[in-house]
Amino acid sequence: MTTGALLIAAYILALAIFVGLELINKVPPTLHTPVLSGTTAASGIAVIGSLYAAQNTQSTLAAVLGAAAVACAAFTLVGGFVLTGRLLGSKQKESRG
Amino acid sequence: MKPEVLRGLVDLAYLASALIFVGGLKRLTKLRTARSGNLWTAAAMLLAVVATLAELGTIDYQWIAGGLLLGSVAGALLALGTKPQSALGPVALLAGFGGVASALVAVSAVVVAVVEPGLPGTVAQRIGLPGATGVVVASALALATWLGAMALLGGVVAFAKIQATAGKSIDVPARGIVNSVLLAAALAISVAFATVVDTPEAVTLALALLGAAGALLGAALVLPFGKKEMPAAIALLNGFSASAACVVGMTLDNAGLIAGGAMFAAASFVHATLLLDAMNRSVASVVFGSPSADAAGADAESRAYKDVRSCGVEEAAMVLEEAKSVVVVPGYGLAVAQAQNAARELSLQLEKRGIKVRYAVHPFSGRMPGHMNVLLSEADIPYEKLVELEAVNPAFGETDVAIVIGANDVVNPAAERDPESPLYGVPILQAYKARSVFVIKRSLRAGHEGVKNPLFEAENAMMIYGDAKKVLQSLTSELKGGGMSHAA
Repeated sequence: MTTGALLIAAYILALAIFVGLELINKVPPTLHTPVLSGTTAASGIAVIGSLYAAQNTQSTLAAVLGAAAVACAAFTLVGGFVLTGRLLGSKQKESRG
Repeated sequence: MKPEVLRGLVDLAYLASALIFVGGLKRLTKLRTARSGNLWTAAAMLLAVVATLAELGTIDYQWIAGGLLLGSVAGALLALGTKPQSALGPVALLAGFGGVASALVAVSAVVVAVVEPGLPGTVAQRIGLPGATGVVVASALALATWLGAMALLGGVVAFAKIQATAGKSIDVPARGIVNSVLLAAALAISVAFATVVDTPEAVTLALALLGAAGALLGAALVLPFGKKEMPAAIALLNGFSASAACVVGMTLDNAGLIAGGAMFAAASFVHATLLLDAMNRSVASVVFGSPSADAAGADAESRAYKDVRSCGVEEAAMVLEEAKSVVVVPGYGLAVAQAQNAARELSLQLEKRGIKVRYAVHPFSGRMPGHMNVLLSEADIPYEKLVELEAVNPAFGETDVAIVIGANDVVNPAAERDPESPLYGVPILQAYKARSVFVIKRSLRAGHEGVKNPLFEAENAMMIYGDAKKVLQSLTSELKGGGMSHAA
């Protein structure tokens, strides 16, 4: 990473934080748990970094650590999205009576 | 394809993915669009993963495929084996694993750059980055390590606390000091790691210490949260996981990861404060202060209650918008506030949206028998909308929202459950059976009989504090304006 790239990264970081602060400002009480589960799934974005680590060919140890990271992040992603879907699904069934 | 062209396309895909994320999370916070919101965010994540795999190109896929398969199957099994009503524990675990993934990436990067070559030099020098950039990247590796460890142990502790039957808040002695010392240690080791530590052995030791300090901090942070405050603890852990992902993005110079991580971290921290606000707590009071500090300003009545949640008019309106049937339970508070006309305005607004509105009248509501009937007929609320106790109680189970307006003893479930209660045996309106209950009340003060009302602590109940007339009027204007007109 060069100093220029570092500056661009700082721009992205600052703007993304502002977008994030505005994203969730009002949550209807019945949606708090699904939103929590949904943002947990989103924190599985760590999978992107994990993919880079797992494809390391210089070091087996690094690749193993990377593969473990991929597994952890995929666990969060898939578990989070499926669980959120189930939470919202049961809400809908409920309101149909 | 030229590498720089591919890189550009990948960055464009990340941008598209980030935009879909923004839309998806927005949709997730609205009742009508929540399901599609979840699909949007999942699709955005899939796009980001595919873009990353495309950039990696034809490489050795065995580790990636193995990891993806193992994690996905385990995640799907966990999610499918979880009952929706007990989802919170698994969500806590998931939050922890998202964080540890980033810590593992950082450790893996340090292994490649410093540990395996076994050559002297600071982390920045070994990565081959000069000056400030190298220090930033090395700091990011340190941060990712302890933030990830923090999310992992925090998540595991949260999971254990949620599953435990007692699940009380455990007071870490002098937790303000403990948390501050751990945080200071993690920061100090991070600075040393990024600047002065310059042998492979010392780097390994520093990394291990960072992981340990982070893990302890995660545990110390989550322990003081009570069972009902756990959603806020999980939101905080999500924030740490996402922050760790963001700093890993800095080390990889990956715009998608920086943007996504920062965005989710900010959104999660906001969600944590929203969840704590609803319980009248603040992040600082849970992390550094004692719980009694919160209650100090409160009066004796509200101290009798634990874990009462409140919400604003806007949030209540969002739930009302999606309801199909609403039952209004008027009480003495309605009479005092002279809110009968405001109640009628609200029901007219709800009926305009096709929502069925009824009034549940308890013979003893108000100051005298029949008080409510008189008030409601004064406001020209049609007689057939008033339903008597015996008729309405079976209907509460099929009701989406019960709005309790200044009523207390007549909806107190202790009358059915608690033989010790002075109300025991008195027939009540079973508002607690409704899917959501909003209680409009000026404070948690006891009703005529002077007893505590467990309804206010119920999972499906939310207090809306304020004068009945004003609250009803702002609910009505919220519904009229589709939620856009009011800034309060």
